[in-house]
Amino acid sequence: MAKIPISFKVNGEQQEMLVEPDWTLLETLRDRMRLTGTKEGCSNGNCGACTVMIDGRTACSCLVLAGEADGREVITVEGLADHGHLTALQDAFIKEGGLQCGFCTPGFLISATALLKRNPDPSEQEIRLNVAGNLCRCTGYDKIVRSIQDAAQKMGTRAAN
Amino acid sequence: MPAFEFAAPGTLQEALKHFAGQGTVRALAGGTDVIDQLKTARRKADLVVDVKRIPELQRLEMTADGLHIGAARCCTDVHHNPTVRRYFAALAESAGLVGSVQIQNRAAVGGNVCNAAPSADTTPALLIHDARAVVVSQRGRREIPLTDFFSGPGQTVLQKGEILQELILPVPPANSASAYLRFIPRNEMDIAVAGVGSYLEIDPGTNYVRRARIALASVAPTPVRARAAEQVLEGRPLTEDQVTMAAEAAAQAASPITDVRGSAEYRKELVKVLTRRTLAICQERIAGVHRKGPGH
Repeated sequence: MAKIPISFKVNGEQQEMLVEPDWTLLETLRDRMRLTGTKEGCSNGNCGACTVMIDGRTACSCLVLAGEADGREVITVEGLADHGHLTALQDAFIKEGGLQCGFCTPGFLISATALLKRNPDPSEQEIRLNVAGNLCRCTGYDKIVRSIQDAAQKMGTRAAN
Repeated sequence: MPAFEFAAPGTLQEALKHFAGQGTVRALAGGTDVIDQLKTARRKADLVVDVKRIPELQRLEMTADGLHIGAARCCTDVHHNPTVRRYFAALAESAGLVGSVQIQNRAAVGGNVCNAAPSADTTPALLIHDARAVVVSQRGRREIPLTDFFSGPGQTVLQKGEILQELILPVPPANSASAYLRFIPRNEMDIAVAGVGSYLEIDPGTNYVRRARIALASVAPTPVRARAAEQVLEGRPLTEDQVTMAAEAAAQAASPITDVRGSAEYRKELVKVLTRRTLAICQERIAGVHRKGPGH
């Protein structure tokens, strides 16, 4: 199959490359660009470990073809921190212990980042609904929900000051 | 994944040329079904055509002849659209139930239709709103009532070279409302054991039902209308007894299978309950009770 050219932004940097037409965005990020923060879990859209943002909206990168990303802006977990400074959400996951094995964490961070951008003060129910597409087999979710609540509170306090 | 070629045309004309070509050409809207099916070889493709860049397939607007939903427009956009929420509550509700946020951000309502799963959540909502499918190919354009669109599990009447361009839903009159409910054993991220969409149009003076529509998901080889149940309601006052009889008739219209999600008998019972509940929500909505508006 003939390779196809794509041009897209990943974590703020413009990228030009040739990809196989049947590559997923996940394969492109991990195997081609070595951005291995994004994980492959179920490969069919159930687990959310591969969640990235495309033009500001979350997507399972295992269910996106590389060609679909042409002209788009992709943010992965590597693109959340600003020059090595963790975001309030990342800090909250560390402080609240919102992870154990860590495999699902990049997906949760992307989903929660998108949620807090849309809704800076979500209820517990809204948080649980918005991360329902991210599976965690270690924590039982409570610590993840607390981490997101903590981040929302810190970000709210900061915005108010 | 078995190898295929990829194209992402920016115009409808260019796209139709691709679909008229040799081999198996498959449309990709959100990709949330089709990419998984390609990976697991449940569907095959020589060429995958991303239809998201075609302006006609991204349309979402109400005109005099109804609501136009471009086939590639994603569930998130449909779920949050104020016009959809106001006039097509069942559709707003069901678009917010498909998979997770990640899935809704990609998956298209038109894709949900073309994938033709018996459990497709958005389809009952489209059926009760008398949706028409606008199908295009290089040979021209035809409109198909959505009731005639499905031919079996995963099968539609689309011919080689044809794609779904958009869905058109007529503007509902005053004193009407719709609702969709499904049953799943958890809160989210599951496939309906059974789903029911109901639409009611009531004469405010007499409380007579002018028009009723009831459609079922996950209880037949395709999404189906429960026409006998609709006929029970139409032309009569909306009483408790009528609702009970309609619920019984809706359960009779179901021809479910027994599988891991539930037995056939259980599913029929669910249809009964969900029919009663959706009809009650329609009544509340017509009466202006907003307590049960489509949630987030």
